Amino acid sequence: MSVNVRIPTPLRKFTDSLESVPVEGSTVGEALQNLADTHPGIKQRLFTDEGKVRRFVNIFANEEDIRFLEQLDTMLEDGDELSIVPAIAGGAA
Amino acid sequence: MPHRSWTSRNSGIHPPKLHDNLLGMIGNTPLVRLSGVTRDLPAEVEVWAKLEFMNPGGSVKDRPARQIILDAIAQGLLGQGQRLIDATSGNTGIAYAMLGAALDIPVTLVMPGNTSEQRKRVVTAFGAEIIASSEMEGSDGAITLVREILEADTEGNYYYADQYSNPSNPLAHTLTTAPEIWKQTDARVTHFVACTGTSGTIMGTGRGLKGFSKEIQIIGAQPADAFHGLEGLKHMPSSIVPQIYDESLLDEIRWIETEAGWDMAEQLAVDEGIAAGNSGGANVVAALQVASTLEKGVVVTVICDHADRYMD
Repeated sequence: MSVNVRIPTPLRKFTDSLESVPVEGSTVGEALQNLADTHPGIKQRLFTDEGKVRRFVNIFANEEDIRFLEQLDTMLEDGDELSIVPAIAGGAA
Repeated sequence: MPHRSWTSRNSGIHPPKLHDNLLGMIGNTPLVRLSGVTRDLPAEVEVWAKLEFMNPGGSVKDRPARQIILDAIAQGLLGQGQRLIDATSGNTGIAYAMLGAALDIPVTLVMPGNTSEQRKRVVTAFGAEIIASSEMEGSDGAITLVREILEADTEGNYYYADQYSNPSNPLAHTLTTAPEIWKQTDARVTHFVACTGTSGTIMGTGRGLKGFSKEIQIIGAQPADAFHGLEGLKHMPSSIVPQIYDESLLDEIRWIETEAGWDMAEQLAVDEGIAAGNSGGANVVAALQVASTLEKGVVVTVICDHADRYMD
């Protein structure tokens, strides 16, 4: 199924400046992995070497923080929206 | 020796201070030597941290906010009903809101939507108005939105404080932070290290310290990547570069990973009893990097704010 991933400004250099990228995936983890595979540079910025989402990166599935859902195992439905939001408001953007 | 409680000790060395108003309470923050996180350094290499969370608004930003507001009032730009407006991700906003309440100046803050709820509640408690900018665009999105609001403000209702361009921002540090450090270290300071957000701290303090001695090394630090989690800091190569930022003043620039700053903030709490926000953690990472290259020296950095500001 296809979901839309909203990309924050500092990562848009890896998405040809696109604000939103459609990817396939039935879970949040699958969708982000597909995003990382098709957009080199994003992977190391989102994930640790152990494959976990970095501490300062918040992932929202339809406005819900996945930490309060099933983390990367959170199930997605066709047309869902994922947002990648740094845990801070200041600084580079 | 008979037991004496802490509160019964003679406080004559530092008598409690009296202030006519809140403005006098800003600055003169303590400088504390770090003894835990520095345990691998030679004894001749000292690292000191200026505890800016001791300011009444809880952060280093009280200094520029006071200077910006007082200078604007002196220039007749503020104080006759104009609303102060600025883009801020938090601490400057809290400082403006606090001083605005104390001086009866209305304040509008444009903050990215992902600013922490706690910060929003604090500024609202002081009576400031918040306008949210896109959470996807960080502080640059807030700056852009302020500019749009000002373009529509044909009646001059707003005074744009513009912390990123306002020379009063670094001036605050030249006038206060630098002489405080000079005095607190008995003129022994050899290096000043701080990360850059607006860059007011490093520019103003750097200029002030260079005025005392050109030998003092001024080291700026930045997040290592455009996509980072160090609150209030800017990765200059990918950002709207603040007008007040003058890289030629810096003797060196260090690049700090987000996790290193976060880990250091936690370590400072455990090792030093100093609960720093993560930008303070990043500052100490940079300061320790600099210190590790020295055989002798007095390195000073800044703890911008307190960890409790991030415990939503």
